[in-house]
Amino acid sequence: MTDKSKRINIDARSYTMILALVAIWVIFTALTGGGFLTPRNLSNLIRQMSITAILAIGMVLVMVAGHIDLSVGSVAGFTGALAAIMQVNYGWSTPMTIIVTLGVGLLIGLWQGFWIAYQGVPAFITTLSSMLVFRGAILLVTKGVTISPLSDSFKLVGQGYISPSISIILGIVGGILYLIFEMRSRQAKMKYGIDVSGWNAGIMRIIGVLLLISLFVGIMISYEGIPIPVLIVLGLVIVMTFIANNTTFGRYVYAIGGNREAAAYSGVNIKKTNMTIFLIMGLLSALAGIVLTSRLNAATTSAGTGFEMDAIASAIIGGTSTLGGVGTVPGAIIGALVMASIDNGMSLMNIDYSILTIVKGLVLVLAVWMDVSTKKRTV
Amino acid sequence: MSDEYVIEMRSIIKDFPGVRALNNVTFKVKKGEIHALCGENGAGKSTLMKILSGVYPYGTYEGDIVVDGEVKRFNNTRDSENAGIAIIYQELTLVKYMTVGENIYLGNEPIKNGIIDWNKVYADAAKLLKELHININPRTKVMNLGVGMQQMVEIAKALSKNAKILILDEPTSALTEAETELLFKILLDLKQRGVTCIYISHKLDEIFHIADTVTVLRDGSTVCTDCVADMTEDKIITAMVGRELTEQFPRVEHTAKDVVMEIRNYTVYDPDIPDKKLIDNVSFEIRRGEILGLAGLMGAGRTELASSIFGGFNARREGEVYINGEKVDIKTPIDAINNGIAYLSEDRKRYGLVLLMDIAENIALPNYGKISRFSVIDNNKKIKYANSYVKELNIKTPSITQKAANLSGGNQQKVVIAKWLMSEPKVLILDEPTRGIDVGAKHEIYNIMNKLVDQGVAIVMISSELPEILGMSDRILVMHEGKFTGEFNHKEADQEIIMRAATGGK
Repeated sequence: MTDKSKRINIDARSYTMILALVAIWVIFTALTGGGFLTPRNLSNLIRQMSITAILAIGMVLVMVAGHIDLSVGSVAGFTGALAAIMQVNYGWSTPMTIIVTLGVGLLIGLWQGFWIAYQGVPAFITTLSSMLVFRGAILLVTKGVTISPLSDSFKLVGQGYISPSISIILGIVGGILYLIFEMRSRQAKMKYGIDVSGWNAGIMRIIGVLLLISLFVGIMISYEGIPIPVLIVLGLVIVMTFIANNTTFGRYVYAIGGNREAAAYSGVNIKKTNMTIFLIMGLLSALAGIVLTSRLNAATTSAGTGFEMDAIASAIIGGTSTLGGVGTVPGAIIGALVMASIDNGMSLMNIDYSILTIVKGLVLVLAVWMDVSTKKRTV
Repeated sequence: MSDEYVIEMRSIIKDFPGVRALNNVTFKVKKGEIHALCGENGAGKSTLMKILSGVYPYGTYEGDIVVDGEVKRFNNTRDSENAGIAIIYQELTLVKYMTVGENIYLGNEPIKNGIIDWNKVYADAAKLLKELHININPRTKVMNLGVGMQQMVEIAKALSKNAKILILDEPTSALTEAETELLFKILLDLKQRGVTCIYISHKLDEIFHIADTVTVLRDGSTVCTDCVADMTEDKIITAMVGRELTEQFPRVEHTAKDVVMEIRNYTVYDPDIPDKKLIDNVSFEIRRGEILGLAGLMGAGRTELASSIFGGFNARREGEVYINGEKVDIKTPIDAINNGIAYLSEDRKRYGLVLLMDIAENIALPNYGKISRFSVIDNNKKIKYANSYVKELNIKTPSITQKAANLSGGNQQKVVIAKWLMSEPKVLILDEPTRGIDVGAKHEIYNIMNKLVDQGVAIVMISSELPEILGMSDRILVMHEGKFTGEFNHKEADQEIIMRAATGGK
């Protein structure tokens, strides 16, 4: 049983979006006289994308299970502010600050999960409430002032680079690990007597992935090396894709979103699964908050405003269904790249922020429309 | 020459990617007749009707549709409605929070001065319902009506659009006997008024009861169109499956062994009305290696009993459940599965399958514990299990990565059976296991049941089809209004005895 859609874990909308992404890049490269496609700009682009990407990765899980989380922007802002306070006001070390901040994120996830999973309050209401609560909490803890500056080690999380030589080593190690993974999965398949024909397609895929890794590392070392927040995103993509596809929790998320009643009748613990989803979302929101504060080297009262919309839009552009049951982590990253590319390209062209916002809004509708109109209409 | 036919579908060809669903189908319906359309699932009935009702627009198929001697090109369902064709689907399409009158005129509201004329809506609806001899208030909300009445409202809605040709897709699958009788009365009444009716059904007795003509489709082609008076059940079945069915029920003598599950003094209350008992203090046991048939009319409480034992029915209950002599407390389906109870619901699309997921995932869903370690799934084991069940149960699919939504009803049901087989249950509760499934797949499911019983599984089969109860059960319990009113050995039971118990007679 070799089926392409199974191996290449990206759906039709993501393919359309990869094409759209290429088109966007071509257009901006032309309009900026090549300025868009420089290693420096590409490095900036994916660094800018990283916060939205971290949130979008969690949002995929939330939305696949049929929920929504409107509070991620406020929670990222709040946890980011707490991190700044720990560092600036209390002089905590960077590792300590990060661990405690992530812990607060988990607690916030616990709070949301309690209402959504165990008390049956819809996620839309619960997270709308949290959006207000934590926006207020930011003002409360910062007393309305910007908190800065942060320690050098903390700034590394959002601003640092892996040096070019170590970037190359990471790239090589990544490539080798990937090869080992491919070989082992092939061996395991043969052990179970599963047909592994189509070896050519497999080789093509391996070459493709290795090329992609080389290209990525190549571009990054042409500037300063791999940005640390980008490395965090890459790690999350791998871990969360694995969780989504290869753990019982991940499959339960998809089952709940696809048909909650059938999942319940199949012995899926819906409450526990929903709780876990919001714990993960809380953790990722706090991580986004840490990266945000680190990048800005400050905690501001408006930090994180509107991030939830970027995260939701990225997930949707990347193929996540608003009705639940469908969506992938790599898709959401492509969605985040589309949004960030438009952001970045238009800024390079010095187009006004107002126009930029309008364009981003329209892209969301266009992306979903392209998907809907290419699908066959069914009744 | 085509005067006598109100509808002629000529040489219809319809292709789906990779499959030819209809191959040169010709279908002619005379004016004012009740024309039954039957065939196994996947034979092409629904596709043909979707073409006729404009769901598949002109240009997506080959061939001609002629209505009243005129070639028609339907671009959408509205075109076909304008030609007087109305279809009533198996799954009803009413808005349940709206009233009967609102539903009948939805999308068709009488307007006066730009505002909906509500008086006219309800007056016309009342008139329409009266003509159909349906005794309901048009101001009743649809959610307060039973399925049977909702179907009548659908018919009224169709007639409000001056439908001359009514297509009914498996209309009685959710109806009680009394509601079915009422539906038949209305259809015969409509026939008198010159309305033509196309009646899709699996139930042969209904076809003989009501239809004038029958067309049988098989594998996308017309096998025959005949006057019902010239047909017999056997002839229709033969035409449908293309082979003689020597025996409808493969009876195998089983020997019941030790008691595996015992239910004592079990009471289930209505989730909405706290004092009302849906199940009233029942006790029974089920033994390893037997099929216990649970007979009864719709609404007797059989599904509530089964889903409550399984932990899936959200209502207060009292009583005890013993598995292998040990008392167990089943609060959720998780507890039930852990105690070796599996429940195949009567509504497989709602409770049985995640339609978006593929066959392998649906089979694995309750069984991930078996194929994972530290909650990491071994996908190869998943594939291996799925492949072996696809083979064992003869699930017809190109691949185990096929989405459940793309399978026919019979194959979907086999997927649900496979997922419960993988859980290796001690007690398998099958709630209407063959509803909406074609004859061939039914037979296969019966064989699977016999095989499981031989392997020592205890099967509880809920069925509203008496021949099935009589043909497959070793022991039969009859339920009426939440109580058991009879227990029979299959040898001593017949349809009349069971029916008497099911209706509360002694």
